[in-house]
Amino acid sequence: MTDTRSPMLELLSGFISELREAGLPVSLTENLDAMEAITHIPIEDRDAFKYALAATLVKNHAHWRAFETVFEVYFSLRGGHHAIGDDTDDLAQLLDDMEGEGDQGNEGEGMGRGGGGGDALTPEELAELLYQALMQGNDALLRAIARQAVRRFAGMEPGRPVGGTYYLYRTLRNLDLDAVLDKLMQQTRDKAEDQGNPLSPLEERLEEDEFRIRIESLKKEIEAEIRRRLVADRGVEAMARTLRKPLPEDIDFMHASREEMVGLRKALYPLTRRLAVRLARKRRHGRKGPLDFRSTVRHSLSYGGVPAEPKFRYPRPHKPEIFVVADISGSVAAFARFTLMLVYAISHQFSKVRAFVFIDGVDEVTSFFEGVEDVTEAVHRVNTEADVVWVDGHSDYGHAFEAFWEKYGKEIGPKTTVMILGDARNNYHASQSWVVKEMQHRARHVYWLNPEPRSYWDTGDSIVGEYATFCDGTFECRNLRQLEKFVDHLA
Amino acid sequence: MTDTGTEPRFESVGAVRDGLRDVQYLADEGIAGIVYLADRLQKPILVEGPAGTGKTQLAKSVAELTGARLIRLQCYEGLDESKALFEWNYKKQLLRIQAERGESGGPSWDEVETDIFSDDFLLTRPLLEAIRAEDPVVLLIDEVDRVEVETEALLLEILSDYQVSIPELGTVVAKQIPLVFLTSNNTRELSEALKRRCLYLHVDYPDMDREKEIVLTKVPGVSDALADQVARIVRSLRQLELKKSPSVSESLDWARTLLLLGVETVDAETASSTANILLKYQSDIAKALKEFSTDQNAAKVFAPGPK
Ligand SMILES: Nc1ncnc2c1ncn2[C@@H]1O[C@H](COP(=O)(O)OP(=O)(O)O)[C@@H](O)[C@H]1O
Ligand SMILES: [Mg+2]
Repeated sequence: MTDTRSPMLELLSGFISELREAGLPVSLTENLDAMEAITHIPIEDRDAFKYALAATLVKNHAHWRAFETVFEVYFSLRGGHHAIGDDTDDLAQLLDDMEGEGDQGNEGEGMGRGGGGGDALTPEELAELLYQALMQGNDALLRAIARQAVRRFAGMEPGRPVGGTYYLYRTLRNLDLDAVLDKLMQQTRDKAEDQGNPLSPLEERLEEDEFRIRIESLKKEIEAEIRRRLVADRGVEAMARTLRKPLPEDIDFMHASREEMVGLRKALYPLTRRLAVRLARKRRHGRKGPLDFRSTVRHSLSYGGVPAEPKFRYPRPHKPEIFVVADISGSVAAFARFTLMLVYAISHQFSKVRAFVFIDGVDEVTSFFEGVEDVTEAVHRVNTEADVVWVDGHSDYGHAFEAFWEKYGKEIGPKTTVMILGDARNNYHASQSWVVKEMQHRARHVYWLNPEPRSYWDTGDSIVGEYATFCDGTFECRNLRQLEKFVDHLA
Repeated sequence: MTDTGTEPRFESVGAVRDGLRDVQYLADEGIAGIVYLADRLQKPILVEGPAGTGKTQLAKSVAELTGARLIRLQCYEGLDESKALFEWNYKKQLLRIQAERGESGGPSWDEVETDIFSDDFLLTRPLLEAIRAEDPVVLLIDEVDRVEVETEALLLEILSDYQVSIPELGTVVAKQIPLVFLTSNNTRELSEALKRRCLYLHVDYPDMDREKEIVLTKVPGVSDALADQVARIVRSLRQLELKKSPSVSESLDWARTLLLLGVETVDAETASSTANILLKYQSDIAKALKEFSTDQNAAKVFAPGPK
């Protein structure tokens, strides 16, 4: 590399440092690979540019969204029809073209006639045009409409300290896409009926899905247009900073939004599979596996060729047994939702999982997860049917543990791994930590996963430290990254 | 890296895409582009994505297209060096050692050791085979996510330097740089070290148009209308939250079945009586049937999320 860096390299290096800021682990090698990759593609081809960067810089699909956002911000102003500022009216252009080709099955008024292009359309005309574009699935027209709609409805003004979502909301409110969808469906139904072929529910569903997908892509165009304008106004770096969001693995379980929760749920499956593999593995020095010939022969040389010292491979894995004991009290409500998802995912990976939930009493909920296909259903049953309240429904770990020990303690055996999930906020009740000690005696391992930041541990009524004495490991577990670390630790 | 002077295999991204189409693989811009880059940058491709989306087939098709020999290492839990790289032929070694025993004036143990750890006693496994190949090869390391993380280490040297070190023999360097594909169904996170060495290609379910094209290409005799319907229905199914979404191979199976049954357009009855070909779980089938039935409210709940 030379010291006179091209503007492109400058931009690229800004782009890569923003990826790192966003949490993507981009190594130096990968940085160099990206720079080399783009020398092999036509740089004006925006799509090629994008996949060349993605292939070299993003090695985890969960990071794709973060990558895309940063890419949009850094490179949205590049490339022909993405130019901004001149406010070329591509809608007018398209309308002219359409008229040139004759009326394209446009029943009626002939919109956009009389010059002035997109800006001259009445709101009714624009709505009609949108309707037609969605009906026909005309992508070019939809893109042009998206730009026009933003110009018209978003009310964007330079320098206003307002986020993109606000503009998006304003634009969408004016377009009223729900009503448009209804109209599209009605028209489609009527048309089929007129032809003596009324839509079956299946056909209706497929039509609706198609329209929804078109509407979704219109929304994407609108978002992209808003972002382009914001970038032009505020500059690349400021925009990138505003749009930064935690990566999926860094989202705090306690504060996850509904949408984030769905994402987390999906990410849990591969993780629990890994957990399954890890727990199934025997410790390396246990029983012996099959003979390792290579090693045996090698060692035979020191005995004059007599295979005197047989060498063995590592043994086969075994079937683990897991007890999950989870706090579902109010103080960890959000975590509990996650916990139950975790339990659900685990119970689909392992053959022997038993699930227990507690507040001040404890109940087994294993059956709620068995044969249940929908985790929300299981969670609902746990929350409504599990008998976990003893006195007042305020956390009492001590009592819950005692009750647990009395009812289920004997069933813990040397193959059992016990995972306790909770914040150990005990409302100043007695800890009864002897139960955890007993568990440790009987079980293979006892682990504690705590959803609170480590700095809060043992403050106020948290007594996690006391329990930790009898655990084989205590882990802060506030996000997927930490959960993964726990899984790795089991190796 | 050693400069082995391997010539680029492809003129352009377009050439990759068209070449793949000629061998009946329908690639999108991204897939074709990354194959092209892998060739230019002489880097392996890590192909990740759900099962049945054409990851394995991509490697096979690229081999076919370039007229290269496909060498495949199928990964599984417990795969080790002796199955992936090479193994010493211990039986032959033992016989050799036995033959020398007790004979006075025979070779010294040192000589025997050198002898039994020579090429004659080496059993070549796929990775070593690919490195030693004189002819053009495509190396496919299939379902790499199935091996333990520790086993990944076996691959690192090959992936970055195209060479294999054998303690007893020294380093074997590739005579030519093979195209290498690793596939993963993403059942676990692969190590950073492995990923750093590869270009990353995420292969998702194809969009509707490409899926239709795949069906048309791979199912001889299917009509355009039926292929279109298959692609449409499968796309809608994939938007439901299912335990297992239908994959491309399942779309193909379904299309073949419909063809055999002489179905021209899929109606609700046909769809439900053949749903078991697309969906593998009873609960998924039940969910799909419910979603696609008359229940308007059920349909309202549905909203396609961002990809
Ligand atoms: N893009 C494609 N073009 C042609 N056939 C495809 C494509 N994608 C998938 N298939 C077909 O789908 C089936 C499954 O593909 P496969 O490579 O085995 O999936 P994976 O390795 O991703 O699990 C194969 O029969 C393959 O030919
Ligand atoms: Mg495969």
